[in-house]
Amino acid sequence: MLTFITRKKILDRFMLAVFFTAGFITIFITVGIVYVLLADSIKFFQEVSIKEFLTEKEWTPVFATKKFGIWPLISGTFLIAAIAMVVSIPLGILIAIYLSEYASVRVKEIAKPIIEFMEAIPTVVYGYFTLLFVTPILQSIVPDLEAFNSLAPGIVLGFMILPYTASMAEDSMKGVPQRIREASYALGATKLRTAVTIVIPAAISGIVAGFILGASRAIGETMVVAIAAGMYPNLTLDPREPIQTMTGYIVQVALGDLPYGSIEYLSIFAVGLALFIIAFIFNSIALWLRSRIREAY
Amino acid sequence: MVMVNTIIDSIKSLFLGATDRSMEEIKAKTKDNFKREGDVKLEVKELNFYYGEFKALKNINLKIPTKKITALIGPSGCGKTTLLRCFNRMHDLYPGSKYEGSIIFHPDGINIASPHIDLLDLRRRVGMVFQRPNPFPKSIFENVAYGLRVNGVRDKKLIKERVEWALQSAALWDEVKDRLDANAYSLSGGQQQRLCIARAIAIEPDIVLFDEPTSALDPISTSKIEELIMTLKEKLTIIIVTHNMQQAARVSDYTGFMYLGELIEFDKTQKIFTIPSQKLTEDYITGRFG
Repeated sequence: MLTFITRKKILDRFMLAVFFTAGFITIFITVGIVYVLLADSIKFFQEVSIKEFLTEKEWTPVFATKKFGIWPLISGTFLIAAIAMVVSIPLGILIAIYLSEYASVRVKEIAKPIIEFMEAIPTVVYGYFTLLFVTPILQSIVPDLEAFNSLAPGIVLGFMILPYTASMAEDSMKGVPQRIREASYALGATKLRTAVTIVIPAAISGIVAGFILGASRAIGETMVVAIAAGMYPNLTLDPREPIQTMTGYIVQVALGDLPYGSIEYLSIFAVGLALFIIAFIFNSIALWLRSRIREAY
Repeated sequence: MVMVNTIIDSIKSLFLGATDRSMEEIKAKTKDNFKREGDVKLEVKELNFYYGEFKALKNINLKIPTKKITALIGPSGCGKTTLLRCFNRMHDLYPGSKYEGSIIFHPDGINIASPHIDLLDLRRRVGMVFQRPNPFPKSIFENVAYGLRVNGVRDKKLIKERVEWALQSAALWDEVKDRLDANAYSLSGGQQQRLCIARAIAIEPDIVLFDEPTSALDPISTSKIEELIMTLKEKLTIIIVTHNMQQAARVSDYTGFMYLGELIEFDKTQKIFTIPSQKLTEDYITGRFG
């Protein structure tokens, strides 16, 4: 009897250790990534001052006169993310209103998985789709659109992040209790009015959280922009010109054969660190907003 | 230009469900409806109602008197709430509902059960208070003003007056007048329910439907709501669904007893609770089942 209890106890301890390790691995990896980013970034910043990194307006690491100003990469990244959001926010809201307030159960059963399936398409496919299909079409509409530009990948990214924007908006609108909708209908309100003035305000924190996660995804997206946006660090707001994003630069350098420990090699860690900080801030805001969803009602 | 205006108007009407209307118009309409007091307000004739294949209401015949309180009682699943939700066609929000027979809305004589009626207009004239308080996640003021805005009232002063009137009628004004901008969810459950009543009466409907309005409330809040309902019958026709037989006996003038989708008996409340004509009614009232 005694041995039986002890054995049970040991098994219990053992399983606890297994679960703890499983949880701990993810934390360990995150900490490891931050450590690598920081360690190599520090080496980078020993050669290039943080002041130069943040104030220089050019990014020319492979030129004879190397300049390391992060702004062209940041502007490229945010320009694409902004175009993506301009596409994704209105589209996401319209889809969410349709799915949560108008669509029949059958339509929803078909449409929702399709939207979420967009996430399962490999991003390299999106990249070639952008370069070979979307850009040529846009070139016939937009004058002076270059083969590599930020407009086409921005638009495609806007669709690509719909699983975040539309789907999360729909989820949080669906979470608004039916009895609140009924109260609105019982006063003679139309479906549209109920959706716009009652359901959306009640679900707003979840909707905005989805947008921010979508934006964070657009900022971190790599393949589409590496393929279709160009490799030209360019401090511009013109969506027709080629640009380079932070992720695009990291890919370019990581794929090249630069000597280990060189300044170009180290620069990708500094860019990676900047990207990490930006994404971290966005995700934190989204998580904080999401935790507030239930507070409204 | 004309095109553009037409388009804008149609978008507006899609949103509002109606073009701009003044409160006076609505008042004139309601005044007209109040003329024939003591008359029948709703006349239910051979009403059958289906949820998909399931027949939830069977051949209901009933006359709801004007400016009286009519209670619908019966055990769970007897169809009393289903019947109540026919009166403002709430069922139509969900697929698979089907009406047969007629519900005549006097004095206009429109048939509520007809598929061709304007549901938005019907719901403006037949208000509803739900089982659990369901204020909008907005301010106290905006909760009451919402119905007015939905009805196309734009005049800010008029909205203010109507909100104050409605809150006073719902015996809530003194408790909230200093914090009209506070979120409705900062109120207690009983206050929230009175807010919902204020919201329903702010647009001066002809009829207000109460679906077990006190089932989620404590006894003190319950008696406040009951008192309020009794004062409201001066202005409105009231139909109340309740689980609580004492409540029906206390507040109502007429009572209908329902069982398994049928209306077993309908009469003056006093008669139903003292000398019911049906054995089934007597058994329910005396607590032999339910």
